[in-house]
Amino acid sequence: MNTVTLTVNGKAASAAIEPRTHLADYLRETHNLTGTHIGCEHGVCGACTLLVDGVPTRSCITFAVTCQQAEVTTIEGLDEDDIATELRAAFSREHGLQCGYCTPGMIVSARDVVLRMEAPSEHDIRVAMSGNLCRCTGYVGIVRAIQGVIEARRARGIAAVPDGNR
Amino acid sequence: MKPVNFDYARPADVAAALALLAQDDLSVKLMAGGQSLGPMLNMRLVQPDLLVDITGIEELRQVQDRPDEIVLGACITHADIEDLRVPDVTRGALPSVARGIAYRAVRNRGTVGGSLTHADPSADWLSILSALGAKVTLCGPSGARTIAVEDYVLGALEADLRQGEMLVSVAVPKLSASARWGYYKTCRKTGEFAHAIGAFLVDPDRGVSRAVIGATESRPIVIADATHLLGDGRLERLHTAFDGDAAGAAIEASGMSDPIDRQIHVVALRRAIERAHSA
Repeated sequence: MNTVTLTVNGKAASAAIEPRTHLADYLRETHNLTGTHIGCEHGVCGACTLLVDGVPTRSCITFAVTCQQAEVTTIEGLDEDDIATELRAAFSREHGLQCGYCTPGMIVSARDVVLRMEAPSEHDIRVAMSGNLCRCTGYVGIVRAIQGVIEARRARGIAAVPDGNR
Repeated sequence: MKPVNFDYARPADVAAALALLAQDDLSVKLMAGGQSLGPMLNMRLVQPDLLVDITGIEELRQVQDRPDEIVLGACITHADIEDLRVPDVTRGALPSVARGIAYRAVRNRGTVGGSLTHADPSADWLSILSALGAKVTLCGPSGARTIAVEDYVLGALEADLRQGEMLVSVAVPKLSASARWGYYKTCRKTGEFAHAIGAFLVDPDRGVSRAVIGATESRPIVIADATHLLGDGRLERLHTAFDGDAAGAAIEASGMSDPIDRQIHVVALRRAIERAHSA
């Protein structure tokens, strides 16, 4: 067992874990943060995407032990986040979800697209979101939701941050 | 989908990592971003006794700017290159290719050294860095050695690593103002591994004309003198000089016997040339 000490959704956390425990399992099993969904478990489907030190990360292929001193933000930690709040409303409005399994990962990746891309075309958004699979919606609502949030934010004078504040 | 139980070490310098690698009674695996090794561990295709995480080694995250090349530490990420946190000396080639690697979440953690060492023939860095004439430096118990990127890959998923060796850096030559490059990959789905890659570099001022056929069954096919495919590199519309039959013959000579496969690779190279970048 190894000890990992990190910050989860703004709170200090520490636990003894097996090094093979991936970050998604660690968050779900140790902290009961079940908003992080596990899909393919080999980095293809994007359901487990969350933020590590502010940038989207596949938590199923990131071992918790490698996140020593990292700041991890799960979907639960984005309740008060401006972009995520706007995306949640837009996903509801545009029918960007049905079963909801992919949605936490979708919101995290979509937030990154809204944050970093100034004026993406529909095609740009589809390419940027291609690492997140949805088996219900056919993506049309998801893409429309993201496009709507971007247009609204740019109209309010909020510019993109191309490197996502790294 | 859980890895075997392994021990974990996070050395602070290259010497400590090499000492861990030297334990020949253990199966030791190095990991950087873990974007290829992570899935392989989850699927138990790799079952190490000890996992050595090299992302805590400061030296491997450094960039050295030399007069005629830039040297990237092994743990520079794809996103570091995409976002220009690493200065671009390739007239846009590396940032442009970086933008097309897998997905942003993968690019945030995946590293250039890890990708090369994983040695997947379909990986982007392998093809573009071979086209640019980049070199890797490997450190081991008997010192350091530097070899061409294309020579580092022996075959699919097999890098030329001797006992106890690790990749520490990648040296990328600085292109001249006359250089032009192109890169094209065929993917069934955006972000997936490529089925065919074409890449080229012409740099008349430095006397370079190279073409690479990537995403083969094995190591990339590197045509170190591609003047017969690309002309002298000074033509404005490079693709008018492209000889697809000669490219097909070169691919066939290197052992790709399936005509459809060969055609897909010739087309990838042609499209790379049609999309030549000079800026």
